[in-house]
Amino acid sequence: MSPPTATGDETGRPGADNRRQLAGRYARRRRWGRVGLYVAVVLLTLFAAFPFLWGAITSFKANQDLYSRDNNPFLFNFPPTLEHVRLLLHDTPFDTFVTNTLVVAVLVVLITLAASIPAAYSLARLDLRWGGAMGIAIFFVYLIPPSLLFISLSRVVSQLGLQDSRWALVVVYPTITIPVSVWLLIGFFKSIPRDMEEQAMVDGYGRVGAFVRTVLPLSFPGIVAVVVFTATLSASEFIYALAFVSRTSQKTIAVGVPTELVRGDVFFWQSLQAATILVAVPIALVFNAFLKRFVAGFTMGAVKG
Amino acid sequence: MTEGRRRYLLDREGVLGPLLLAPAVVYILALVGIPFFLAVGYSLSDVTVGDPSFDYVGLRNFRAVLDDPVFLRALRNSLFITVVTMVLVLVLGKILALVLVQDFRGKWLVRFLVLLPWTTPVSLATIAWLWLLDSLFSPIDWTLRWLGLLEGNLHWLGNDTLAMASVIAVQVWRIVPLAAVIISAGLIAIPPDINDAAEVDGAGFWRKLFQVTIPLTAPVMAVATLFGAILVFTDLSVVYVLTRGGPVDATQTLPTWAFFRGIQGGDLAQGAAVALFLLPLLVAMAVLILRAVRRMETM
Repeated sequence: MSPPTATGDETGRPGADNRRQLAGRYARRRRWGRVGLYVAVVLLTLFAAFPFLWGAITSFKANQDLYSRDNNPFLFNFPPTLEHVRLLLHDTPFDTFVTNTLVVAVLVVLITLAASIPAAYSLARLDLRWGGAMGIAIFFVYLIPPSLLFISLSRVVSQLGLQDSRWALVVVYPTITIPVSVWLLIGFFKSIPRDMEEQAMVDGYGRVGAFVRTVLPLSFPGIVAVVVFTATLSASEFIYALAFVSRTSQKTIAVGVPTELVRGDVFFWQSLQAATILVAVPIALVFNAFLKRFVAGFTMGAVKG
Repeated sequence: MTEGRRRYLLDREGVLGPLLLAPAVVYILALVGIPFFLAVGYSLSDVTVGDPSFDYVGLRNFRAVLDDPVFLRALRNSLFITVVTMVLVLVLGKILALVLVQDFRGKWLVRFLVLLPWTTPVSLATIAWLWLLDSLFSPIDWTLRWLGLLEGNLHWLGNDTLAMASVIAVQVWRIVPLAAVIISAGLIAIPPDINDAAEVDGAGFWRKLFQVTIPLTAPVMAVATLFGAILVFTDLSVVYVLTRGGPVDATQTLPTWAFFRGIQGGDLAQGAAVALFLLPLLVAMAVLILRAVRRMETM
């Protein structure tokens, strides 16, 4: 940013007084700007994080502290306890849900990469006649939501003999992740100069060899974005998981926690909140680490796709 | 066939292109295409979980659905929740984006906390809210009592208006970070010279906001809003976890009603008919997104 007084000098019109006045106005503006900024930061952060902060306090509360309407809910009126976290980890199927989620996530990531890398490359590089139409078709498929398909898919799943099993989710989730991943990867592949591949082909590699040796390593950030997106979706997806799987041993976190940690009308509030925090924090950390790549991928796909 | 001939074949784009595209296309056709047409078929049939034989019944399901006051309520609720949520998301997302592109202390931590609502699985995030809105132990009620503004409890999820407000609050809360991330990508893309020039010309914060930033980021804001609208419009988890559509269907939406009818009630045909009502609006939003993206390209 250029210093505000420079304008006065360049045009030569405003005098010294005028200039001082202007400088003062800018300084005031800046100071109020900073105050406003920090107020906005604090308010927005509280708005976003409050349920989690309160959940974190709750998960360490003793029962007699939690279940009294007059106790200050933001303080520990009785000494904090790890009892409910222990209950969650040892006496509930939480670990089963985590295992199921990880198994589903890893397999869905593999299927997604295997299908979407070749498809995206073919749409980005090989000038197919109907490539443009295909790109738009993929975009529309991405917008067909699970809430439209889950009823008929539940029949398809039971026809495949996958009813009530986590394998149903392994088979179905790529229908959501492949279109998004193709969309993301097209952007990344297009940003890599064709010359590099052509050079490799001059050096004697075939098209596929040139792709594996030049384009694939350079689009690593895009592939990371796809992996993060796909793994998160597998952990978060709710509709299919709720509609296709009702056996406790096969549930993923997103459905297992809200349906199994509640017995009739009895909510295990501390354990529920602990489960939320234990899942939320690692996912948010991964997302934060890759946020820039994620956004770059999204906008590149959107602009160039 | 010799090694050389095989490679020659693979190097021909006309062969290689479709070959590379095939796995993705086949997968999607099998598990999106078939279920989609199956859903349309179901909606014109009398299929239930108990009696899966297919008999064509024409538009009977749609007529039955349109005569059902719960369906009409769900349709109205879905539209209302989506529109109100998106207006709030647009305003708050824009503010959050403006904040996130600034430099300030502790930015890493703030970004981490601000993104939590979006990155956390929706059903778990909603569990946190369920506790926040508890009929007896809500800390909001406690604070209001402490301030002397309330006697007893508000029963957030037991009252039609408050339950609806709660659903909207959770939707806004979880979509704002996503919208902000998309909008801030658009803000960063504004050439710095334009901002500098406006500042040199003496434009203050508000004039810069309304005459430079908002016009230049309008397409990206449209994309963010429409993506958010689709996520809210088609969401089942918030209402399912928070209210199960209650009290007495006051917060029922199209996805939840389709679920209760089709999966829990076992009436696959009517469930499919209910879910199909999502389609026209989705197509409209998709077309609008594509047009906004085109405008982004030409800028």
